[in-house]
Amino acid sequence: MNFLNLFFMASKAQNGLDIKFEPGKFVDMLGYMGKGMLVIFVIIGVIILATAFINKIFSNKK
Amino acid sequence: MNILYANLLEFSWQQIVMILIGCLLIYLAIKKEMEPTLLLPMGFGTILVNIPFSDALAGPIKELYEAGIANELFPLLLFIGIGAMIDFGPLLTNPKLMLFGAAAQFGIFFTLAMARMFFPEIDAASIAIIGAADGPTSIAVANTLGSKYVGPITVAAYSYMALVPIIQPPVIKLLTTSKERKIRMPYEQKSISKLTRIMFPIIITIVVSAVIPQATALIGFLMFGNLIRECGVLESLSETAQKVLANLVTIFLGISVAFNMTAEQFLKLDTLLILGLGLIAFIVDTAGGVLFAKFLNLFSKTKLNPMIGAAGISAFPMSGRIVHKMGLKEDPQNFLLMHSIGVNVSGQIASVIAGGIILNFFS
Repeated sequence: MNFLNLFFMASKAQNGLDIKFEPGKFVDMLGYMGKGMLVIFVIIGVIILATAFINKIFSNKK
Repeated sequence: MNILYANLLEFSWQQIVMILIGCLLIYLAIKKEMEPTLLLPMGFGTILVNIPFSDALAGPIKELYEAGIANELFPLLLFIGIGAMIDFGPLLTNPKLMLFGAAAQFGIFFTLAMARMFFPEIDAASIAIIGAADGPTSIAVANTLGSKYVGPITVAAYSYMALVPIIQPPVIKLLTTSKERKIRMPYEQKSISKLTRIMFPIIITIVVSAVIPQATALIGFLMFGNLIRECGVLESLSETAQKVLANLVTIFLGISVAFNMTAEQFLKLDTLLILGLGLIAFIVDTAGGVLFAKFLNLFSKTKLNPMIGAAGISAFPMSGRIVHKMGLKEDPQNFLLMHSIGVNVSGQIASVIAGGIILNFFS
């Protein structure tokens, strides 16, 4: 990790980059990961139910 | 006489490298047929903006960028064309397939966490959306969030979409056994009524927009295109949206994205990192879909072929075809196409929803 930071600092000095290696930020984002996946499954679940419903209501009568 | 060489002396080595990158994009587009509709205009635009004192950069390309990308207009117009091209029939036949579209967006959120270790929140979120495997969504989200990496993100998104046939098979093989890849999934052809096909884009738009208003434009334009296709009274508009509109916007989109392909903006360590993170996003998306199918198999009596989960990555229709081909390779009588295409179009919807969620979190 220290090596990575040194590398990024050297790059920053040369190229004006703002990259820093902060492994702790991975854990900070886990909340977004959980919430994001939950929301996407809930919305898709609602769409599946709605689709099944319209399939049933508007199905071709034989 | 110095008019002949004065500008030549202004070339920096970085601009020469960018011109070579432009040529590489053109080569990949023509010779390898990798997303040629976008990579070719992008490659040529890259050459135009890296000529010293180029009047194209400050003039037409800047104007096109501001008229169509900075305000998200081009990606949204392209979505009308894409919506008009998609047949949701296989998905309507088996709506449960949509779950795989959701599972295969895991790469976006995993990459968000990975990218955040290196980049500020806004840029990390924009980079993560490369995992949507959907060019217009990537451009629209990165632009709305105001990321300075729109150029590299677009290159990564479209390049990896073109490389799906190379990226996905090893990941699928690594996560499945030969026995699993041979699982047959009979397809039950059901007749879908015209009314169902018309109601589907309307309902999707209302449900998604009501929950995530930030996704209204993305999902709305996609579904508007599909409604034009399915309504049955706008044949001519549907054909125009699928061909003329999509082609025209793609030309302008490709060349104006090059506005972000100047040497100062592109030739950075950041770009390499973004390309690496984009690859991670595609790999984890694929793994997410496959592992989710294997998880469902633990509880299901009728076993699913876990390979179809990989098609949830979006990248329509390449991903669906790859899964089908891999199935045929394992067992020449195993036809997975209708299932994999169903999952693939659900990935298209789910990737737009994921884009909206990212915008909801960070804009």
